[in-house]
Amino acid sequence: MSEILLQIDGKEVKAAEGMTILEAAQSVGVTIPTLCHLEKLTPYGACRICTVEVDIGGRTSLFPSCLYPVAEGLVVRTRSDRVDRIRKMILEWQLAHAPDSEQLKDLAQIYGADKDRFEKEPAFCILCGLCVRYCAEVKKKYAVGFNDRGPRREIAFVVEVASKECWNCKECFPLCPTSYAQAAYVLTEALAFPGRSSEPLPAE
Amino acid sequence: MPRINSPAELEKFRKDILSKRDPKKPCIAVCTGTGCLALGASKVVAAIKEEIKKQGLESKVKVEADIRETGCPGFCERGPLLVIYPEEICYLQVQPEDAKEIISQTILAGNVVDRLLYTGPKPDEKIVQESEIPFYKNQKRLLIGNNIRMDPKSIEDYLAAGGYRALVKALCENTPEQVLELVKKAELRGRGGAGFPAGKKWEFTRNSQDETKYVVVNADEGDPGAFMDRALLEGNPHSVLEGLLIGAYAIGANEGFIYVRQEYPLAVENATIAIRQAEESGFLGKNILGSGFDFNVHLHQGAGAFVCGEETALLMSLEGKPGEPNQKPPYPAVKGLWGKPTNINNVETWANVPLIINKGAEFFTSIGTEKSKGTKIFSLVGKVNNTGLVEVPMGITLKDIIYEIGGGIPGGKKFKAVQTGGPSGGCIPEEHLDIKVDFDELAKVGAIMGSGGMIVMDEDTCMVDVAKYFLNFLTDESCGKCAPCREGIRQMLKILTNISKGKGKEGDVELLQEMAEITRDASLCALGGSAPNPVLSTIRYFRGEYEAHINEGKCPAFVCKDLISFYIDPEKCTACMICLRKCPADAIIGGKKQIHVIDQEKCTNCGTCYEVCPTRFAAIRRLSGEPVPPPIPEEERTIVGASKK
Amino acid sequence: MDNDQIDRIIDKHQNDASSLIQILLEIQREHRWLPKAVIERVREKLDVPLSRIQHIVTFYKAFSLIPKGRHEIHVCTGTACHVRGAPRLLDSVQDLTGIKPGETDMDLKFSLETVGCVGCCALGPVMVVDGEYYGKMAPAKSEKVLINYD
Repeated sequence: MSEILLQIDGKEVKAAEGMTILEAAQSVGVTIPTLCHLEKLTPYGACRICTVEVDIGGRTSLFPSCLYPVAEGLVVRTRSDRVDRIRKMILEWQLAHAPDSEQLKDLAQIYGADKDRFEKEPAFCILCGLCVRYCAEVKKKYAVGFNDRGPRREIAFVVEVASKECWNCKECFPLCPTSYAQAAYVLTEALAFPGRSSEPLPAE
Repeated sequence: MPRINSPAELEKFRKDILSKRDPKKPCIAVCTGTGCLALGASKVVAAIKEEIKKQGLESKVKVEADIRETGCPGFCERGPLLVIYPEEICYLQVQPEDAKEIISQTILAGNVVDRLLYTGPKPDEKIVQESEIPFYKNQKRLLIGNNIRMDPKSIEDYLAAGGYRALVKALCENTPEQVLELVKKAELRGRGGAGFPAGKKWEFTRNSQDETKYVVVNADEGDPGAFMDRALLEGNPHSVLEGLLIGAYAIGANEGFIYVRQEYPLAVENATIAIRQAEESGFLGKNILGSGFDFNVHLHQGAGAFVCGEETALLMSLEGKPGEPNQKPPYPAVKGLWGKPTNINNVETWANVPLIINKGAEFFTSIGTEKSKGTKIFSLVGKVNNTGLVEVPMGITLKDIIYEIGGGIPGGKKFKAVQTGGPSGGCIPEEHLDIKVDFDELAKVGAIMGSGGMIVMDEDTCMVDVAKYFLNFLTDESCGKCAPCREGIRQMLKILTNISKGKGKEGDVELLQEMAEITRDASLCALGGSAPNPVLSTIRYFRGEYEAHINEGKCPAFVCKDLISFYIDPEKCTACMICLRKCPADAIIGGKKQIHVIDQEKCTNCGTCYEVCPTRFAAIRRLSGEPVPPPIPEEERTIVGASKK
Repeated sequence: MDNDQIDRIIDKHQNDASSLIQILLEIQREHRWLPKAVIERVREKLDVPLSRIQHIVTFYKAFSLIPKGRHEIHVCTGTACHVRGAPRLLDSVQDLTGIKPGETDMDLKFSLETVGCVGCCALGPVMVVDGEYYGKMAPAKSEKVLINYD
């Protein structure tokens, strides 16, 4: 595996071929924020928080560092006005859905994001996909998946599978940045798992 | 249809077909593309067939191939239409009742039926020949001109017109590298929207290290308002197949896919038939024409997702997955369908390939501008007299397209803007009508070529509503995977909806621009990346309209329902009762000789009264941004005698 | 739809999981909607995760998880149709049928959907009922068209 030389935030970095910018940055102690990334999983590129500036071919472009492969002579900036503006706005949009998420709030502090900037639409899920992808790639059970598209996109526990598998696992719960996965599971269990819907609702 | 195993056999078969066709025999070609079918073309066809029988002409006129479905020639405004060969007499807006006269007068007696001819430019000027009609004359119809001459379900029609000659040239007289060089030399740029040099993309795919490669025809054509690919695939599917075959040979792919949106059932049907015919005749399969080259193609239908027009999403759909785009790089030319190098091009791009092989690169580069060669088919629609498909050389001005070919704006209304590039494009105002249409010139004014949709807008179009319309469309179509697109479009739509309802705030335009930057820069794919374009271009050229909505609660074009009111002018109302009867909300008070008054509480702003009030009275006024005058007192509403009180 | 009919369609596509969407499209066309039992049969035969099928049938607009009416109305809301007044046509169709896009009426007579574009842009506004195209549809005309369908 050949060695690749690139520059990250002014630092010379030696990376191995096949590494992503995110991995190369981590190897020299440069932290790039992520919301949908987990080492065990294939990089997804959905949250876009890890977006960085990359100088290539005489131009500056923006790419998600979790997916972009290192190449000889790349110049990368993990912070800049443009990058910070992107992170700030994405955080503000996500905080409208999950204002109490600790992970979001921590990042909001760094980037000056105002959690009250946009009208709250508490769906709680920020669609990072960690639960879905973990169940698919690591557990290979596919007990939770995505439904629909656009702003209506949501995660959904597949009743036929979840009712058999999840009681013994629940490994996706701690991965969730907003605790929505756990809430969705409990709700699905209460409303839709076989044998449960016939139970009377608790008295007021 | 026999199996053809060599170029010699092909030419012999072609000669056979031509020898059985008498060019002097009258032939009635009726357009039965989806558009004309919607206007009743199948009834016209049936009526003509009936008349031919009735008047005892079955032996005199070639019935089968020539009175059935031909492809769409593009003059959709005047459909149903037909052309009678060999004179090329073109009849427009033909109704079933006209069949009798067409047969007895034109076919039998050799007279033209005046009322079915094109009229113009002078009011008493009639034009007989199809090619003389100004709509067609000012175009350069290299691709679409063939449609009216062929039954798309007949491979023999395609062969009679010289079809698959280019395939022979490519497969049997050139190496793959030579074919690739030719396409590069022709400087063909992709016609799907991005305008990337096709030859270069083919080369990347060819050079990728993998034995297995794929080629794909992108016939998803999701841009609302664009239907060029429908006409090409529906009307001349073999030309697309031939182009795909040649490309596959040059790239080194042995398998291909045609991805057609399922909303085009006729294109699906005709392409399926063409594939079957090509397989039967040996143009698809093993050892094509004895060249040693194998190629197979499969047709896949879309399932109602605009995002699947994006190449990586299209590939996901081909793999049987939800159409969620993937990050580029890696590009499909390197890692595409099932991880293999894949070359995807638009229908029109592929259709240009046989033309380039047959006529040569110099012919192709002699047309167009310095950086945009060849022709482009546009769907000219909206507020324009001659709506339909137009094929023009790159470099023609917008003005010529809209006025020379399009015939200008109907109803004497004023031109406002032309929208190109669909939801990824922008609106171009009057000040730029003289620009030469090519990839780079359009980009300079904030629009894009896109797939070819060209929507003309007049003074009655609200540009805030246009931006809102596109964002609404994209909200429905975004895959939702990445936040900048999913959240950005949602938030921008919210602001635009508020503005259109008179709830806009100071700073909204700046906030829209701020969000637009993030969505444009950080989205995963081009759907999100180009979503801000309609918003940004309407702000750029029509900021005044935004400000009127926000600061004055006024919609200058009288479109945004919440900002308009209707008022009956008591000076002009003659109590004719027409609007009263037609009002769907029963919101008009009045009666015979009682001046009508609109009950503003009940009024839903539908605009029906405005449309039905006879023009000689023109008693209904549209108001926006000003208060509605109070209704005149009841005592004053009676009309006394012939005049008003 | 019985399992034999479903299996026939799946076999036609060589049991290939990448033809999942084509298979579901064919089933949708024949059966008019995709009940749970049908989806389960497809899942079983193709051996794909149920979550993937569920995502596909909710992601793509062509699929319906509720029974469609005897007559399917599609109103085009493409740009060209929009500037020619498609919203008002849609309003009138909604009023006449009593349903909104995505819905079926209680008698299972009509289903209503909007379509991004059907490629008849020169004839806008366009409405398609059971595959039959109606162009230059003024809102007032919609009653005359729909009254012919029972």
